[in-house]
Amino acid sequence: MVGSRTASLGMHAVLVLAALVVIFPIVWIALAALKTQIALLRGDVFFTPVWTNFNELLFSRSSDYLADFLNSLIVASVSTALVLAIATPAAYSLHRLGWPRWVPAAVLLWSLVFHMLPPITMVGPWYVMFRSLGLDNTYTGLAAAHLALNLPIGIWLMSVFVREIPLELEEAARVDGCTTPQMLWRIVVPLVAPGLAATAVICFVFSWNEFAVALNVTARQTATVPVAIARFAQEYEIKHGVMAAGAVLSAIPAVLLLLAAQRHIVKGLTAGAIR
Amino acid sequence: MPGLARGGLAGDTARWRHYTLAPAVAVYLALTALPIANLLVMSVHDIRWEQGVAQWAFAGAKHFAELPRDQLFRDGLANTALFAVCAVSAELVLGFLLALFTSRVVRGRLFYRTAFLLPILIPGIVIGAIWKLAYNPDFGVINQLLGLAGLPGKDWLGEKTLAFASIVVVDIWHWTPFVFLLLLAGLESLPQDVYEAAKIDGASAWQELRYVTAPMMIPTIAVTAVFRLIVSFKVFDEVYLLTGGGPGTATEVVSFTIYRRFFTEDRIGYGSAISVVVLFLLTLVIVLALAALRRRRDAA
Repeated sequence: MVGSRTASLGMHAVLVLAALVVIFPIVWIALAALKTQIALLRGDVFFTPVWTNFNELLFSRSSDYLADFLNSLIVASVSTALVLAIATPAAYSLHRLGWPRWVPAAVLLWSLVFHMLPPITMVGPWYVMFRSLGLDNTYTGLAAAHLALNLPIGIWLMSVFVREIPLELEEAARVDGCTTPQMLWRIVVPLVAPGLAATAVICFVFSWNEFAVALNVTARQTATVPVAIARFAQEYEIKHGVMAAGAVLSAIPAVLLLLAAQRHIVKGLTAGAIR
Repeated sequence: MPGLARGGLAGDTARWRHYTLAPAVAVYLALTALPIANLLVMSVHDIRWEQGVAQWAFAGAKHFAELPRDQLFRDGLANTALFAVCAVSAELVLGFLLALFTSRVVRGRLFYRTAFLLPILIPGIVIGAIWKLAYNPDFGVINQLLGLAGLPGKDWLGEKTLAFASIVVVDIWHWTPFVFLLLLAGLESLPQDVYEAAKIDGASAWQELRYVTAPMMIPTIAVTAVFRLIVSFKVFDEVYLLTGGGPGTATEVVSFTIYRRFFTEDRIGYGSAISVVVLFLLTLVIVLALAALRRRRDAA
């Protein structure tokens, strides 16, 4: 078995190299966030870490980062909650309440198509609509846009999970006189709880990361974290260190979720694609 | 009276069938269908904002007539198509190799999978920021490493061909992990008995890959390729941060053209016309691709 042993070593070598290519740039920007502007510009490898970039990011008057962080949290939480609240009953309805077959087919097709279209094509009409309604530069506007962007994923994923519920269980509940709302709340929701978690994580991260829409329908008061980071990079004199610090802090929710819910994330990302 | 109870339940189901689906349909109508209808109307108008009120003036097919002459739009469309093909081919090759290796090694699977998940979860704009630092000609880590090897540094985002390649590399870094994940899920769901049969027949590792794994994986690879090709037309964040479409129009992508025309130049009608054309072309591609995939599946 010498051959397979070398093969295994070779495969590990390639995988470790790939992991380094993924991790190294992230570590590098984390280090850059701890460098002074001079150390950064000189490209020092060994340096004394300082917190000045984080201080400027969080506490200087010219930076709204903390407010933007809060904006991102609000918009991502609200839009995710709405997606779950709307997608779960919809998925149950489509697959278990006896619609003619074209109804679920049409809803799922539109979900798939809309998910694949570039969000930037929709920003224009959303912007005009929100502005006409006085919703530009509000949480409502951005959360509504993120709801529209994530609902297709929500319906698609919840459909996958709802279809896994054994029919016998529902039939038994019906025989016991369970009404549809009771069925949803007492049978479906507990059974798809892991699916709900997966969908929630995916929608939260997508909303948190979303830039093209947030850039155009928010102004200073409602800007989200990605918009804030882009602003640092666009200034006449780019503050690389502060930009790096902002980038590091913005990745925290994603990293926490990755550590806490890796299984859910993998499930959420792959469930729709493979049946 | 069981009959009555059943009738009551059926009525209950019929009503709740509508209640449970209505919110989703309402959101789709109000936030996807209506805006697309608006987009169509906007694309045949000139629109200005006066004191927060939109002023509409009918413009006919003027905007659509202008499209073929718009160099930015043409370059954007061509660049995006080339970008999609280059990036997705590389992502498929790398993603498949990494997925294959990960499915074959015994230890460390969880570590590899976790590491490869990172780029999918990081905001696109942060990925832009990461690579903006890395590509910097003066203090970027890439030129530093080249310097250590005694090689001259390059202005990665400053020259036309190089800038385009640099953007493709960022996309490969960003999305290979996603391709990896889908293909790994595909590999892990392949029936194991075929492999045992191949082993008994004394197939070499290469033969196993060529005659067992590859044929069974082709449907998954095809779906992944089509999905990634279409979705890569979404690319915006990294281009916005790294090049802004430049130098010249070397990295202009179609999402960026829409943003520029609609928001930066405030040409709402014309920007809408570009959006309409892009939406139409992509929807056409998606429908054709879905039909082709379905035919394949039915034939198989």
